Amino acid sequence: MTDTTATKSAARRSLGDIDLRAVAPFVALAFLLVLGALVNPNFLGVDNLLNVLTRSAFIAIIAVGATFVISAGGLDLSVGAMSAFVAGVMILFMNTGVIGGDIAMLAVAMLLAVGVGALCGLANGAITTVGRIEPFIVTLGTMGIFRALTIYLAEGGSIAMKAPDLRAAYRPIYFGSVFGVPIPILVILAVALIGAFLLYRTAFGRHVIAVGSNEDVARYSGIPVNRVRTLTYVIQGVCVAIAVLVYVPRLGAATPTTGLLWELQAITAVVIGGTALKGGVGRIWGTICGALILEVVGNIMVLSNFVSEYLIGAVQGAIIIIAMLVQRSLVRKR
Amino acid sequence: MVTSAKPALLEAVGISKSFGPVEVLGDINLSLVPGEVHAIIGENGAGKSTLMKILAGHLPPTKGELRMDGQPVVMAGPVDAEHRGIVLVHQEILLAPDLTVAQNIYLGREIRKGLTLDDKAMNKGAAEAVRALGIDIDPTTVVGRLSIARRQLVQIARALLVPHRVVIFDEPTASLTLTETDALLRVILDIKKKGAAVLYISHRLPEVKEIADRVTVLRDGKLITTRPAEGLEAVDMARLMVGRDVAKLYPDRVATTAPDFALEVESMNVPGYAQDASFKLRQGEILGFAGLVGAGRTELLEGAVGLRPAHGKVKLNGKPVNFVTVRDSMRAGIVYLSEDRKGKGLLLAQNLGINLTLAALGQFLRGMLIDRRKEAKALDGAITEFDIRTRNKDLLAGQLSGGNQQKLLLAKMMLLDPKIVIIDEPTRGIDIGTKEQIYKFIAELAQSGKSVIVISSEMQEVIGICDRILVMRNGRIVGEVAGERMTEDEIVVLATGVTSREAASMAEHA
Repeated sequence: MTDTTATKSAARRSLGDIDLRAVAPFVALAFLLVLGALVNPNFLGVDNLLNVLTRSAFIAIIAVGATFVISAGGLDLSVGAMSAFVAGVMILFMNTGVIGGDIAMLAVAMLLAVGVGALCGLANGAITTVGRIEPFIVTLGTMGIFRALTIYLAEGGSIAMKAPDLRAAYRPIYFGSVFGVPIPILVILAVALIGAFLLYRTAFGRHVIAVGSNEDVARYSGIPVNRVRTLTYVIQGVCVAIAVLVYVPRLGAATPTTGLLWELQAITAVVIGGTALKGGVGRIWGTICGALILEVVGNIMVLSNFVSEYLIGAVQGAIIIIAMLVQRSLVRKR
Repeated sequence: MVTSAKPALLEAVGISKSFGPVEVLGDINLSLVPGEVHAIIGENGAGKSTLMKILAGHLPPTKGELRMDGQPVVMAGPVDAEHRGIVLVHQEILLAPDLTVAQNIYLGREIRKGLTLDDKAMNKGAAEAVRALGIDIDPTTVVGRLSIARRQLVQIARALLVPHRVVIFDEPTASLTLTETDALLRVILDIKKKGAAVLYISHRLPEVKEIADRVTVLRDGKLITTRPAEGLEAVDMARLMVGRDVAKLYPDRVATTAPDFALEVESMNVPGYAQDASFKLRQGEILGFAGLVGAGRTELLEGAVGLRPAHGKVKLNGKPVNFVTVRDSMRAGIVYLSEDRKGKGLLLAQNLGINLTLAALGQFLRGMLIDRRKEAKALDGAITEFDIRTRNKDLLAGQLSGGNQQKLLLAKMMLLDPKIVIIDEPTRGIDIGTKEQIYKFIAELAQSGKSVIVISSEMQEVIGICDRILVMRNGRIVGEVAGERMTEDEIVVLATGVTSREAASMAEHA
């Protein structure tokens, strides 16, 4: 009998609201674009829009990784601190100058960054799964560790790229463009495409959703739950590293404030995008849309005089709460 | 009617309930008079729970009305019903495991002394409430430490704490031992003596026979009859419930005599659950595991297939194997279908296709990609082959009825093309028609040379479909019955360790 009741309410949900939830972030983004255009005619200019997209790159790329972690039922609070740590290690390596030739040096440094990111993710994943500790606690701990290590490596100051030639060679990764499209935007696209492919089309992606949906069912179905979980954190680490690759040429330095509150923004982007915080639903394109919404809101605040731009953090914090309330009400309406 | 002289305390007049286009209850007329125990019996899915929920204010009826003392009432919800003196004792345990017995009993209605809680008074009250049920539990014990049976009794104590005129019990003895059941039945008679009406929902017919004054039979959402319990034997009740001869439910079968063993388990220990268990499963055999809830059957077999830590020897077709995880046993051709279909069997929030292919996803890969067309084809095939009844193929697994969920779970595991199939509680929460289909399917599996293990708490079921039955008690295999000796009496004696005729007849048809 309870079956029938559940059947009834679930049936109603499937009709309207699952689609509604997938569409909601895009509707919100469209609404913001209209709002932006009304506030300032320059908003819809190609330059401004490309600028907004470029600036959203770090969060968007990290948030793609966060989509995997969260849809598998996990959480990673350490991504901001991890970004700073990976950036610091990468720059310190480049400053050693052990490899002659700028291109070779850059290539090796990038590989190193990705490797370090993957290892950081592996640590998060292994401690969570093998140690059976709540990911909230584990990544809260590693967040402190990564941040402190960065400050230690920087000896309390910042870590800057020393070689000007190398800096010049690296610069285009953030400031350059291909056929008029800034490279960071291409990186977002590439990461999102690979992410969507992994999550939607491969067995691994199916396993991620299964584990996030119900870990027991996944285990009884013969899915290696711990391995899947751990891999989502490794993917998160690699995404952080890719974001760092785009970030380093922008300032050429890692500072104690690098990546500060990025975890908040990444999780916000994922949640706005319609991924369920309790796992079982993952939306890569929704996440990208969520990252754009965050950046567009910031941009509108800068272009308008409604609210002080110093309050961007407050507005972004409010957005995640509002996004949750909207999701909740969409569920209730069914 | 014996009791028609007394005015009805609570009355259902022409109650119907529909969920969407599906009518689960039709035109039910029922009256409860003070000082009677009124039993409602019926197969799973007959509408017992729905009727009970309507009477206790959890669900509004689609048609018809409820009357109390002759006056029409509309119940706003369970709290409203409770104010009117109607309390419901749930089948599931709804207690906070980290709170003490007294804290649970007084949860939401704490006794206060000024600003603070009066723990002394609550502990005393709780101790009395529990003692009234004929058991002795320290009220300061944390509920999580109690056995399921004792939690059930605490829950009953909690329900009875409020002033009550009608008490509804929803299968309260499902997880109780014989002694505990006896104690509970005495409590119910006590409630009755004090002038309240008791609505007793159960499919344990001997219990019904023992305490009911009147019996109402539901079948497929319809009220078949309401009769005085006197002169109504358990067998008659069963016939009324099922609406036909019960024996035909099970397919005809000749027990296998194959000399080869598909699976041999030797001195298996599952820490905390099963000790030194050894058994052998023949090729093409249907082997039953009977026993009381908590006897360790599920845990033993979960241990044997690598789902939980266990030590012991396992041989497959005579060769020793070592299953560290369930993946190992799956690859070796053994599948285990959990009794907890909703918690461990299916992803309720995902669609049918994702559920179907989850365990055998490797078969649906083309390179790295999942072949969605092949998945869709497999779903079509499974829907036909297993007769999964679904309005459309995009439904979520949680939207299927219990029976169809079980068929989907079967289809999911059969994709692995197993040699040995272990099914835990194959028909729990499933209607009679689907039961028959599942029994037939199990028999066909064995016929085709696969070996099957059926774990079930329904004795008629294991007797009906198995070639041989092993009985477990307190984590040990205590006996084996086969052929003529496969009777409920034999099994009950083994399962309980109680040999008295009273105990055996008590659990007859349980």
